[in-house]
Amino acid sequence: MKTRKMDAEHEDRYDMRLSGSGGQGLVFAGTILTEALGIYEGKNVSQTQSYGPEARGGASRSDIVFSSGDIYYPKALKLDLLLALTQEACDTYYLNLKDDGLLLIDSDLVDQPPAREVIGLPFTRTARENLGTPVVANIIALGVIVSLTKIVSKESLIEAIKSKSPKAMLDLNLRAAELGFDLARKEKRSRKKTQPARI
Amino acid sequence: MEIIPAVTYTYLRSKKKFPNVWCAGCGIGIALGAIIRAIDNLKLDRNDVAMVSGIGCSSRMPVYVDFNTLHTTHGRALAFATGVKLANPKLKVIVITGDGDGLAIGGNHFIHTCRRNIDITTILINNSTYGMTGGQYSPTTPFMKIGTTAPYGNRERDFDICNLAKSAGATFVARGTVYHVTLLEKIVQQAILKKGFSLVEVISHCHTFYGRLNKEGTAVKMMEWQKEHAIPIQAAAKLPPEKLKDKFLIGTLWDVDFPEYCEEYDKVIAQFQVPPEDSEGKK
Amino acid sequence: MEQNKKARILQGNEACAEGALVAGANFFAGYPITPSTEIAEYLARNLPRRGGKFIQMEDEIASIAAVIGASIAGAKAMTATSGPGFSLMQENIGYAYMAEVPCVIVDVQRGGPSTGLPTKVSQSDTMQARWGTHGDYHAIALAPSSVRECFGLTIRAFNLAEKYRTPVILLMDEVLGHMREKVILPEPDEIKVFNRMKPTVPPEWYQHFEINPHFVSPMASFGEGYRYNITGLTHDPLGFPTSRPEEIEAKLNKLEKKITSNVNDIVRVEEEFMEDATIAVFAYGIVARAARQAIRMAQHKRIRVGLIQPLTIWPFPDIYMEQMSEQLEAIIVAELNQGQLLGEVMRTNCGKTKVYGLNRFDGDILTPEQIFAKIREVR
Repeated sequence: MKTRKMDAEHEDRYDMRLSGSGGQGLVFAGTILTEALGIYEGKNVSQTQSYGPEARGGASRSDIVFSSGDIYYPKALKLDLLLALTQEACDTYYLNLKDDGLLLIDSDLVDQPPAREVIGLPFTRTARENLGTPVVANIIALGVIVSLTKIVSKESLIEAIKSKSPKAMLDLNLRAAELGFDLARKEKRSRKKTQPARI
Repeated sequence: MEIIPAVTYTYLRSKKKFPNVWCAGCGIGIALGAIIRAIDNLKLDRNDVAMVSGIGCSSRMPVYVDFNTLHTTHGRALAFATGVKLANPKLKVIVITGDGDGLAIGGNHFIHTCRRNIDITTILINNSTYGMTGGQYSPTTPFMKIGTTAPYGNRERDFDICNLAKSAGATFVARGTVYHVTLLEKIVQQAILKKGFSLVEVISHCHTFYGRLNKEGTAVKMMEWQKEHAIPIQAAAKLPPEKLKDKFLIGTLWDVDFPEYCEEYDKVIAQFQVPPEDSEGKK
Repeated sequence: MEQNKKARILQGNEACAEGALVAGANFFAGYPITPSTEIAEYLARNLPRRGGKFIQMEDEIASIAAVIGASIAGAKAMTATSGPGFSLMQENIGYAYMAEVPCVIVDVQRGGPSTGLPTKVSQSDTMQARWGTHGDYHAIALAPSSVRECFGLTIRAFNLAEKYRTPVILLMDEVLGHMREKVILPEPDEIKVFNRMKPTVPPEWYQHFEINPHFVSPMASFGEGYRYNITGLTHDPLGFPTSRPEEIEAKLNKLEKKITSNVNDIVRVEEEFMEDATIAVFAYGIVARAARQAIRMAQHKRIRVGLIQPLTIWPFPDIYMEQMSEQLEAIIVAELNQGQLLGEVMRTNCGKTKVYGLNRFDGDILTPEQIFAKIREVR
């Protein structure tokens, strides 16, 4: 007789979705976070993705689920965290958030955020203004996510970036991650002043 | 009475019940004789010869001969042969195909195998028709000739096989006929020796269907047509254009060098091979 | 920060390719097609690193042909594709079956019919894997449900192909192929690898298609001195075309028996909570994942429901399902198609159990909630 392991509640199962459009590097960002969670933090983790037939443009998303127990259903269910880098992605997915889920948007690209608690930060603009290219907005977002949620340590994220980045992009990606941490720090500080943040 | 040359006989499979599937008077047997003599002249170990074919009259050839023989699906002989050759480059791979098998259903594989320049010798026996299925028009049936599926004359243009092979990248291209049997033996021999993709087009005849439908007479008559219409490439250079009208060239038409695929792949392995524990993910 | 040395994050497609390497694959021929392409890319990089060969052919017909040719020349060979390419391969899969050539065909399923949904998931090639080629045919097809199983079942696919001298199909799907999971792979010395039986007789006694009590004949490669004939025409034990009724029947019998007399070895079924279940969710491939969560949700509501997850889809687990029909009141067959194994489940339980289809074919996978809702509906 097999013992009936009743672990269905998955008390520490955490579901997140990185969403936007093709070309914003969401699947790549997802692989970095997956690496950080699975290899450097020892969690069970699964990452799935969904995208259109085209390599650029079109809706794109990357789901990450992690848990210290077994992960049965590999796609995200009710979201603990949603990152939306386009208005369309935000509109499509914010209803999947848990009531206390964290919604993170690019404040320049999503100009009509839903009527709920939301953190809007200029990922893409920060990338362009500080590093001269919008392509690392995804890594800035990762820095912010890690800083706000502590789902992995900063060191784990850095190690994962090092292991997944192509050589030519490594330095840029590391600087982008730092920018993300700075951005999150400022956000936390300003929230402390104005309202009690629930992070 | 002509006696079967002993050398040809020793390459035929003793356990296979003859007679073969070919009609009396067919040119494919003549081509087979030339191929066997070419292999014998080269003193190839028959354990190292792989003969691969598709489907059709000519593709029945491998079953009769004592090599490693592979009779595959219609049109795919070159693709199967590519796998055989790449997996074991020591094998001398000879593909036997026809105009329907090699150029219609197998046309895509034909051009890509030429382009890839893998060391395979292809003998394409061109009898201008689908013999096995009873005389339908093929990619080499000339314009306005009759086939059972072209009862009012073929309105399509026929392929120039040798030019097709050359344009697609074959490094050795030759044409022979089943009438010019000594030349055929010689060019097959050259083709086998060539490092790279080589093509030999063998002009043959199907008196049973094509000849009958087009009123071209007996096998002998059709071979006489080959004799009258084939011009050796060396002779052609000296002839005025009007003498070349309606004729076709025989001999070695194209012979160039280009890196051979299996050798190139071996270079890749030589450069990138690592001990197993160093491969991806276990750095 | 502690780094687990053995843990790796792998995509399903990468795990499949890695499994092939561990199984000893040294030849891959393929043609790019979403969502299977990562398998080809991984092997294009890694086969030559291990002394193996990779070739990109001009289409899928050529790919499977080259794979069969390579296997005949002694290689352990594989191709990978998706629905449209799998359709193109069918004729030569039948050739490999008829000519008894071991090889592995991976189908990372996407939505069909036709070009369908290149980047979206389905399980709609399940029946094509069984009946895709013409003529009487007995398929072996396996279906993994996780990245770890992609690795393990690819090895198993090679082992079965080599053991039974027959093509084996691995039915993956888009979600699984692209999904990344943390896996801890076994060390090579923990993995059993099976290679084809070689002849022990001298060439003059050798019969490439020998008919013997095991229905599997030893296999010499081209170039090893045996000089036999292979043909897709129905043939005698020597490999020569035959039209003698007794030889035709013997050949087709052999092909059938080598699968049907070995189902105990070939068929694998995973089950969970089946000891006292009165309802079962029958789910394979990626759907089994949602089902595992759904049955836990149901167990919390004190519904006695279990999971039947066939790892071997073909041959279908007839005997197991017949046994289960004695115990069960209802079976839910959850699939990402319009109902393909549903009919097989009905066939094997002979009307003893209520069988319900739960079918999703909109390009996404069944969720635990959908399966749970169906469980509540049928109980």
